[in-house]
Amino acid sequence: MTDPSAPGLEVRRPMAAGRAIRRSAWTVTIVGLLGALLVVEKLVHPALNVFDMQSLVDGALPLCLAAMAQTAVVLSGGIDLSVGPMMSLVNVVSALLMTHATSGQAVLIALGVVAAVVAAGALTGAVIVATGVPDIIVTLATGFVWGGLALHVMPIPGGAAPAGFAALMTGQLGSVPSGLVVIVAALAFLWEPVHRSPAGLALYAVGSNRAAAYLSGVAVGRARVAAYALGGAFAALGGLALTASTTNGNAASGTSYTLTSVAATVLGGVSLVGGRGGMIGPVAAALLLTLINTLLTFEGVDPNFSLVVQGAIVVLVVMVAGLVLVRRRGA
Amino acid sequence: MTPSPAATDRPDTGALRPRPAVRWSAARRSLADRPALTLAGILVLLLAATDAVSPGFVTPHQLSTTLLYAAPLGALAAGQTLAMLTGGIDLSVSATATAAAYLIAGLGAQGTPRALAVALALGLVVGMTNGIGIGIFRVQPLIMTLGMAGVLGGALTLASLTFTNGVPVVPDAVHELGSGTVLGYLPLNTLVWAPLAVVLLVGLARSGLGRAIYAVGDNPLACRLAGVRVWQVLLVTYVLGGVLSAIAGILLVGYTNAADLNLATPYLLQSVAAVVIGGTSILGGSGGYAGTILGALILTVLDSLLTILNVSQAGKQMLYGAIVLGLAWIYARTALVE
Repeated sequence: MTDPSAPGLEVRRPMAAGRAIRRSAWTVTIVGLLGALLVVEKLVHPALNVFDMQSLVDGALPLCLAAMAQTAVVLSGGIDLSVGPMMSLVNVVSALLMTHATSGQAVLIALGVVAAVVAAGALTGAVIVATGVPDIIVTLATGFVWGGLALHVMPIPGGAAPAGFAALMTGQLGSVPSGLVVIVAALAFLWEPVHRSPAGLALYAVGSNRAAAYLSGVAVGRARVAAYALGGAFAALGGLALTASTTNGNAASGTSYTLTSVAATVLGGVSLVGGRGGMIGPVAAALLLTLINTLLTFEGVDPNFSLVVQGAIVVLVVMVAGLVLVRRRGA
Repeated sequence: MTPSPAATDRPDTGALRPRPAVRWSAARRSLADRPALTLAGILVLLLAATDAVSPGFVTPHQLSTTLLYAAPLGALAAGQTLAMLTGGIDLSVSATATAAAYLIAGLGAQGTPRALAVALALGLVVGMTNGIGIGIFRVQPLIMTLGMAGVLGGALTLASLTFTNGVPVVPDAVHELGSGTVLGYLPLNTLVWAPLAVVLLVGLARSGLGRAIYAVGDNPLACRLAGVRVWQVLLVTYVLGGVLSAIAGILLVGYTNAADLNLATPYLLQSVAAVVIGGTSILGGSGGYAGTILGALILTVLDSLLTILNVSQAGKQMLYGAIVLGLAWIYARTALVE
C-alpha cells in the first residue's frame, strides 16, 4: 500500500525504504489489528456471516465519517470540537426535510445539506483565521450553537427518512455493504483529489509548520479554511449516515462523536500537532473501535462500558506516543 | 473614555467606518485596561436590564438567589481558570462534578462525612490522573481531559444502573449547604465559595506556585530552562482543578437535591465562558480569577434575564456560544493591538 502520510514527497524523490515503512507502520499496525480482531470475532462467534459484517459496517459508518472530518482538520493543525453537534444538526434537519420526501428528493436534500455544511465549515475556518481565536474555543462555541440549533429544530426525536435513501447508505450493493461503498467513495472522490492536489500539500504544510509554510508562500488562511470546509463535507455525510441508519432525527444523536472522532483520529496515527498522518488509519481505527464494542457486547459487557474503553484507549495511545516521543528526543 | 492614539492608528478596517470603529476600539481598550471595572459595569447594566424587564428583580432576595446559582459555576470555573492560565483546558470539569454529585447521592445513606470524603477523593484522583498525563506524559490537555470525560461519563452511566435498586439520598447537611441561607440572605454555598476565591486570588497573586502557573502558561520552555519543574506545576494545577470540580458538584447536588447523569453537563461551556468573559487567555499566562468571578456572575444574571424573557434552552445555548466567540475575539484583537 502506498504511504498516505507523505503527499507529493514520493513524486520528487524516492523515499528511503526504511523511512517509508516507519512512516506507515502505524497504519499497517492498525489495519493488522483490525484483521486480527475480525478473526477473533469469527472464532468467538462462528456464525459470522455477510449480514453481521453489514451490521458492523452500518454501525461504524457514522464514526468513520466523523473520524475523517476530524482528521481533515487535525492534519491542518486545528481541532474540531463541533463535529458531534454538527452531525446532530444534520441528522435532525435532514430527517425533518425528508419526512414526506421520495428517495429521489431525499438525495437532493442530502446534497443540499452537504453543501450547506461545507459552507458552515468554511465559515468556522474563516472565523478562526480572521479572529485569531484558538480553534478549541471557536469550535467549542460553534458546537454549542449547532447543538442549540439542533435542539431548536427538533426538541423531541422525530422526522423520517425514505427507505430508498436509508438503503443507499446502510443497505447492500450486490454482496458488499453499501456503507463500505460510501467510505471508499468518500476516500476516493472527496479525500484523494484534495490529497493529491497542491491544496492537499498546503494542508499538510500548514499543519506541520505554519510559519515555514507562510514563508514558502503557502496561503495559510485559505488552506485552514479549506480544511474546515472539507471536514464539514465529511461531518455532513456522517450526520446523513445517522439519519439513514436510524431513519429518524434526534438532537442528541451526534453528541458522542466529538470524543470518538478524536479517539479514532489519534488511534489512526494522526499527530494532533498536525501535518502527520493519513486518512486510512483513522477509518481503520473507527472500524476497530466499533468492532471492539461489538465484541464486548457479544461477551455480555454493558454497551455503556464502551465509552469508558474508548476514553481509556485514547488516553493510553496518546500517553504511549508521548513517551516514545520523549524517549526519542532523549536518545 | 477617550481612545488612546495607539488604538486609532491601527491599520484596520476602521478606515472604512471611522466613527463606529473608534467608539468600538474605545470599548475594547477599556476592557483591556480595566477589565474588572468594565465587567462590573456590564454586570450592573445586566442587573438593571433584568430589573426593567421584570420589575422588582433587584431585591436582596433575588440577589441572594443569584449568588446561590453562581457559586457552583464559580467553583467549576475556578478549576477551568487554573487550567487555562497554564495554557491548557479542562473538559472534564463537568463530568467530575457530576461524578462527585453521584457519589454524594449514592453514599449519602452511609454518612455525610464519608460521602463528602469519597467525593473529594474522586476529584483528587481524577485531577491527579489528568495531571500525570498532561505533566509527565505530555498529553495535550484537551485530549487528556476529553478522554477523562469519556471515561467518567461511561462509568457514571454504568453506576446509574446500579442506583436504580436503591433510592439515592442526598444528605440533609449537603442539601442545606447547597440551598440554605444564613442571616436571612447570605447563601451558605457562598460561604464555601468566598474563602476558596480569596485563597485562589491571593495564591495566584502572591505565592510561588501562583507565579509558576502564570509563568508556565506564558512560556513553558523558558520555565524549564529557568529550572521550574513544569510537570509539578501542571500536576498541582490539575489536582486543584479536580478537587474544585468535585466541590462544585457537591454544591450543585445540594442545590438540586438529586443527581442525574447530565447534572453538570450544561456547566461545561459555561465554565469556559466564565473564564473567557473574565479575560483569561486560553493561550495561558494572562488573566486571573477575579475576572472569572465576574464572568460567573454575569452569566448567572444573563441566565435569569433569558429565563424571564422565555428564551428556550436551545436559544440560551446558541447565545452562550455566540457570546464566548464574540468576547474571545475582542480579547484576541486587543492582545494583537498591544
